[in-house]
Amino acid sequence: MKRTVPLFITAAGGFILVVAYFIPHTQDWGEISLIWFDIIASFAMILGGGNLLKIHLSKVSDRGKGWAFSGVTLAAFILMLIIGLSKMGVHPNDNYPGFAWSGNYRETGAPFWWMYEHALKPLTATMFSMLAFYIASAAFRAFRAKNFEAILLLGTAFIILLGRTAAGVVLTGWMPERLSGLRLENLTIFIMTTFNTAGNRAIMIGIALGIASMSLKVLLAVDRSYLGSGD
Amino acid sequence: MFEFFKNLDRRWVFLMMGFAVIVPILVQVKFTETPTNLARAVFNEFEKLEPGDKVLLSFDYDPASQGELQPMATLFVRHACEKKLKLYFMALWPLGPQMIDDTVRNVILEEYNEREGVTPLVYGEDYVNLGFKSGAEGVIKVVVTNMRQLYTTDSRGTAIDDIPMMDGVKNIRQMDLMANVSAGGGGTKEWVQYAVTPYPDDITLVAGCTGVQAPLLYPYIPQQLPGLLGAIKGAAEYEALVNEKYNPPVPDDPKEAAKWQTRYERYTEGVRRMSPQLFGHLLIILLIVAANVIYFVEKKREGSS
Amino acid sequence: MRPMSLLKHPFLLALTMGLLITGCSHAPEEEVALTEPTQPPTPANLKATDHPLDKGEKIDLTWDLTEADVELIDVFEIHKAITQVGDVMIEPSFELLEAVPAKDAFRTGGKRGGKFIVDALNRHLTARELKKLDETLAGSDTPFQVGKMVYDSDGEIWDDHPTSPISYVFKIIAVGRVPQPDGEGEADENAADLLLAATQRIEPLRAESAVTDPITPGIQLFDGRLGSLCVIVLIISLSVIYFIIAARSGKPLKIRKIAGLEAVDEAVGRATEMGRSCLFIPGILDMNDIQTIAAMTVLARVSKTAAEYDAKVEVPNCRSLVMTTARETVQAAFLAAGRPDAYNENLIYYVTDDQFGYVAYLQGMMVRDKPAACFYMGAFFAESLILAETGNSIGAIQVAGTAMPAQLPFFVAACDYTLIGEEFFAASAYLSGEPDQLGSLKGQDVGKVIVAIGLLVGAAVATVATITASPAAWDALNFILDKILA
Repeated sequence: MKRTVPLFITAAGGFILVVAYFIPHTQDWGEISLIWFDIIASFAMILGGGNLLKIHLSKVSDRGKGWAFSGVTLAAFILMLIIGLSKMGVHPNDNYPGFAWSGNYRETGAPFWWMYEHALKPLTATMFSMLAFYIASAAFRAFRAKNFEAILLLGTAFIILLGRTAAGVVLTGWMPERLSGLRLENLTIFIMTTFNTAGNRAIMIGIALGIASMSLKVLLAVDRSYLGSGD
Repeated sequence: MFEFFKNLDRRWVFLMMGFAVIVPILVQVKFTETPTNLARAVFNEFEKLEPGDKVLLSFDYDPASQGELQPMATLFVRHACEKKLKLYFMALWPLGPQMIDDTVRNVILEEYNEREGVTPLVYGEDYVNLGFKSGAEGVIKVVVTNMRQLYTTDSRGTAIDDIPMMDGVKNIRQMDLMANVSAGGGGTKEWVQYAVTPYPDDITLVAGCTGVQAPLLYPYIPQQLPGLLGAIKGAAEYEALVNEKYNPPVPDDPKEAAKWQTRYERYTEGVRRMSPQLFGHLLIILLIVAANVIYFVEKKREGSS
Repeated sequence: MRPMSLLKHPFLLALTMGLLITGCSHAPEEEVALTEPTQPPTPANLKATDHPLDKGEKIDLTWDLTEADVELIDVFEIHKAITQVGDVMIEPSFELLEAVPAKDAFRTGGKRGGKFIVDALNRHLTARELKKLDETLAGSDTPFQVGKMVYDSDGEIWDDHPTSPISYVFKIIAVGRVPQPDGEGEADENAADLLLAATQRIEPLRAESAVTDPITPGIQLFDGRLGSLCVIVLIISLSVIYFIIAARSGKPLKIRKIAGLEAVDEAVGRATEMGRSCLFIPGILDMNDIQTIAAMTVLARVSKTAAEYDAKVEVPNCRSLVMTTARETVQAAFLAAGRPDAYNENLIYYVTDDQFGYVAYLQGMMVRDKPAACFYMGAFFAESLILAETGNSIGAIQVAGTAMPAQLPFFVAACDYTLIGEEFFAASAYLSGEPDQLGSLKGQDVGKVIVAIGLLVGAAVATVATITASPAAWDALNFILDKILA
């Protein structure tokens, strides 16, 4: 029973939505189901928050490896939660001055805004910018002209790397107008829109068919492994 | 020495990359950008519009990609202000409204509205922030037919009916142009698929996106996506076009020139960020070449032994 | 032709002026033609019918039109008016919808004549729009009802789920041709511009059709635009089902070796030998993404192998629902391996929904705990390279699988094995080896054959159409673009 009910819901829901897509009266069912999912996922946040507290509180209490990080996580979580939910320091909306919580939670100067501006923003930007360092180390380690295909890849990489900067203009800007297609910046766009797009499309077609097949397996309950083993 | 380079600790690579990025920023090296056709196409789509035309700006990014996308977001808003368009902001990403607030503050409140001889833009009459709605493509599917079904208030909580510039606006097909700044899923691709493709005659979309996303959007050019700014390079090219047309000449008086510098420097972020990118790219090329030299020397040694 | 400034070329300027004067001297002859725009024939037999297989947004207009008429008519103006909303009758007030060139409205073949499809008609109106149409309602300041729809006093729909039908009437106006001047050469072009300006001041003659009967667009049971998609979905689905049934009946099926999936057991085995854990990251999207479901199928296998080898599998999650599903999956896998006692739900936990917050946690955890095997399966974005490079730096054996094309190069560069797109979705079939699942892969190949044929036919037709400019080839190309790919 524990298996049958979810499998039935999956199959019925899936096939109904596939058919509904082709019927004008029911075409918005897909969007409605997405809204349902959003609502369920929002409630699941409570589950996630509870789990976060449980895991990190136990780490702090056990004084295990890295317990101090758990302490920081817990403090940040609770602080942000209180400030955000209580709309601390937020002034009421001009249209509803009698309602203390009617203000915009992102109000400039409020503690939530301050945390966002001076903690979240720089932290996420830092994480993203680390990509530059990792790309350099991956390029140093992985790019080797081992065979003809690898040489082609390397040559293309150099053209793109130069063409996406002012170096492209400096190196090939002298080319006459009739050869402008060979300027690095234009060559870059040509490679990206022609060869890269063609390759991408091939992968995308494979992925689309893979998704169709995978979805059918799930709807037909041929693949039940996402509910545990296939038994 | 050879062994050192062969087994080069990645921290040396990190250090070199750090220098390649930091030094050009500190020295403030700048290079001139030559606009490509894609940037020109974005510029021309804005130029076609008349004062009072409506432009929808969807800021679908967050602070993580702000470094790459903020210059183009700033320029979209500036270009729209210079053309005296009505700006409708929205976001498909939860942190998008903050990005909108930042851009509005930087461009409209601190620069455009402070200019002499310019009628200041008024919230609700000239620009409005409709805020974030969750659901990405679900949101797009709704706003192309009935915007009011989702947006009953703006991001400040003001009822849509109380906002003068929303009067008569039923869906985004009434917009004269749509500009999207996108960091990934729930962005340009979805706008193309769910807004432009079903209504190709009603919706014109231009976009700015991260570098990694650009190759996935090229197939849509030019039919569904007339213009695209790919990463900082695209922003710098667009910046060159906008600044060339709308920046007044630098005053001769040193004091006025300094003021000019402060005012318009915010519109040179794209070009400013291109120099670290140049040196970063050159370092990567250098590293690849060095790694291959090591590889071939090692191969030769193995062959001879 | 490149524009040139005549002011810089006095000789050309003089020549142009001369030609202009010459042109003007002929003006009386031309004026005779300009004052006689053609009288267009009145569009007869205008009929409005509901467009078949649509969402209730389209009406087909047809009228009598011959090739001779097309020569006399420049454009047809299509006008629309609302006559009834629910039970409220409205005085028609026509608005121009579109001006269609006569040659575009003319259709050849069996059903010769004029045709236009009115698109994007409203299914319902807001009360504000309704009030603009009806004077009685305009004065209303209390909630009112039209048909089944209830409106509030401000004019917004108060209860909008029942839709009141809207009836439309149409008329078309044939606009006659105005003689167009023709000119050659640069100097003549200037003269032509002057003549054109003169013609623009001449009003073309018009002929108005009768007004159609009121019609309400109806919603059909099938959306015709999606016909070709429906056929393709049916073919692929039926072929997948056919091959599943064929596999069940014992038909032998072969699948090529996928190195990335072969490596799963090797990676878990290595972690066991080293006495370290396995790290499984199921992407950063929720359970409504098919990639996350595919990740769960791989997790089931990894967990089962780990249970058999007595290795530890840690699954930090970016979404609460994924955490719950992963717990179910791992628990069932441990049970299937005969080791329910070894299952520890605390190893499958929630971290944060924030993309980079999640990555920061994973990086720190990888550097501290140094897992021996890292699996990245699911939807990844910018974090792919950060994770894979960190995993590489700690010497872990890494297997990745994703259907995000932009992230594949990063995984290929930094991981030991990568499942590219469809390989990732084939994982559960490959790992289970069940005939049912292998059959679905064979069905998928039918889809590939259809796509390949479609690509070849499309490319061939487009090439022939471009090279030969043959109308038949262009018709075929337009059919593919407008009907099949629409």
